[in-house]
Amino acid sequence: MVKILIPTPLRPYTDKQDAVDASGATVGELLADLTRRHAGLKPHLYNEQGKLRSFVNVYVNDEDIRYLQKEQTPVTADDTVSIIPSVAGGAPSVTDVVSGVSRTLPELTNDEIKRYSRHLIMPEVGVEGQRKLKAAKVLCIGAGGLGSPVAMYLTAAGVGTLGIVDFDVVDFSNLQRQILHGTPDVGRSKLASAKDRLQALNPNVDVVAHETAISSENALKLFEPYDVIVDGTDNFPTRYLVNDASVLTGKPNAYGSIFRFEGQASVFATKDGPCYRCLYPEPPPPGLVPSCAEGGVLGVLPGIIGVIQATETIKLILGVGEPLIGRFLIVDALRMRFRELKLRKDPDCPVCGTHPTVTQLIDYEQFCGVRPAAPEPITVNSATEITSVELKQRLDRGDKLKIVDVREPNEYQINRIPGSELIPLGDVPKRVNELNPDDEIVVHCKTGGRSAKAADFLRSVGFKKVLNLKGGVLDWIDKVDPTQPKY
Amino acid sequence: MRVTVRLFARLRDITGASELARDLAPGATIGTVWRQLAGEFPALADYERSISSAVNADYARMDHVLHDGDEVAFLPPVSGG
Repeated sequence: MVKILIPTPLRPYTDKQDAVDASGATVGELLADLTRRHAGLKPHLYNEQGKLRSFVNVYVNDEDIRYLQKEQTPVTADDTVSIIPSVAGGAPSVTDVVSGVSRTLPELTNDEIKRYSRHLIMPEVGVEGQRKLKAAKVLCIGAGGLGSPVAMYLTAAGVGTLGIVDFDVVDFSNLQRQILHGTPDVGRSKLASAKDRLQALNPNVDVVAHETAISSENALKLFEPYDVIVDGTDNFPTRYLVNDASVLTGKPNAYGSIFRFEGQASVFATKDGPCYRCLYPEPPPPGLVPSCAEGGVLGVLPGIIGVIQATETIKLILGVGEPLIGRFLIVDALRMRFRELKLRKDPDCPVCGTHPTVTQLIDYEQFCGVRPAAPEPITVNSATEITSVELKQRLDRGDKLKIVDVREPNEYQINRIPGSELIPLGDVPKRVNELNPDDEIVVHCKTGGRSAKAADFLRSVGFKKVLNLKGGVLDWIDKVDPTQPKY
Repeated sequence: MRVTVRLFARLRDITGASELARDLAPGATIGTVWRQLAGEFPALADYERSISSAVNADYARMDHVLHDGDEVAFLPPVSGG
């Protein structure tokens, strides 16, 4: 016989007993025997089709059977089985996918029933599922490329509360992919723009704007009220921060990331699933992996990946299907191939492993080797840098300067400094003999980062007079030649 | 023995190929293939500590021993959003 703990609302059907015995080798058999002994329980545990009601949660020794073998989970006389409250105040409640907190499901209004009718007629969603969506709180980090489709589809689907974290302003270069924002929104805060768009889409959704940069100081507090976190950030420090905060708060993270034609998606930080650090324990050194601003991205790609993140979020809320837990999806849009990598929780993972070493949020800028802006020593060495205005003055004066543009050919086609020669950064070492070490050389790129590396390299091989153009070609256009386009 | 190597994102740009075949001595690990490729394409070397790897679509570490016909994948992290 196995002991089953009965919650208060169900005790009227077990002669007021808080624990009863039943027999069976699996949870399914045990519950069948339980309802034979206490027939009044049956309609509360099973639906008309004889399936366990989705808001009935069964635990074997504190483990949710959904994470074990569901109703096939074996049980022995040593186990204690608990049925977690399924009825509260007369209204059905759902055991939250994340925290195990019961929440009363809100009713749908007639307008909502009309709006969500295509959901309501599907068995996987239905009225109960739609009410779960209405009860759910999702936090989307970023209102950019990934955040746009995520926020729009979750809003359209009727997620009750959608928090969005961002602090950026809409730029023309965002519009190629960030479909939350339109041309008239350029210059507005992304959150103000997002809120207008989402409220027009579905006024039933409570859109909560968190106009702040997510940080180690605020992340845990920010995550607290939410059920699912959606990672739509665009840099490594924030990705590691979102991962660690998801693990520490026990919230699943619907992850997505993009680069040019390739995207990745997974669900991290669930109770028994792996986290981002199980896959990538260490961040890449700064500058090694280009961001979208540096490397570019196909405009529709965040659409594909963001919609996958939104789908996974909805599945987690509904508790249906097979989530992307322990599976890492790689999308190659150029070849249109979807590949999947099996992932396991790493017992040695510093955050979610058996002996975690990271038990609170750390300094992620430092972890990722990104120098924080503030402590940067003010060593603007006049001998190593030149401003756009100075460069213009010297060119006008007739000084002999060799201008080397270390950007990629595609960038050189958009704009350039007259008289400059293109040698992409990666080609500088092998084409260095095209340059004269005695010449005064000005190197530049888009904003000054890549050209600083080129300048370092040239100096290391004996070039004496190398100046890096501060702020790159963008600064040149701002200060000297506003007729050229910027990107 | 012969293995297929799949490369993603930036690694594909560096090698100019999404799929390569390599012959290896018995007992070779994922690390062996990686070092061989990094020898051929020195720009790969910088990625060593930040990539993840898989064998036959199953996440695996660098010391994983390979067998004839295995498919090895190397994935750099990407951060765009």
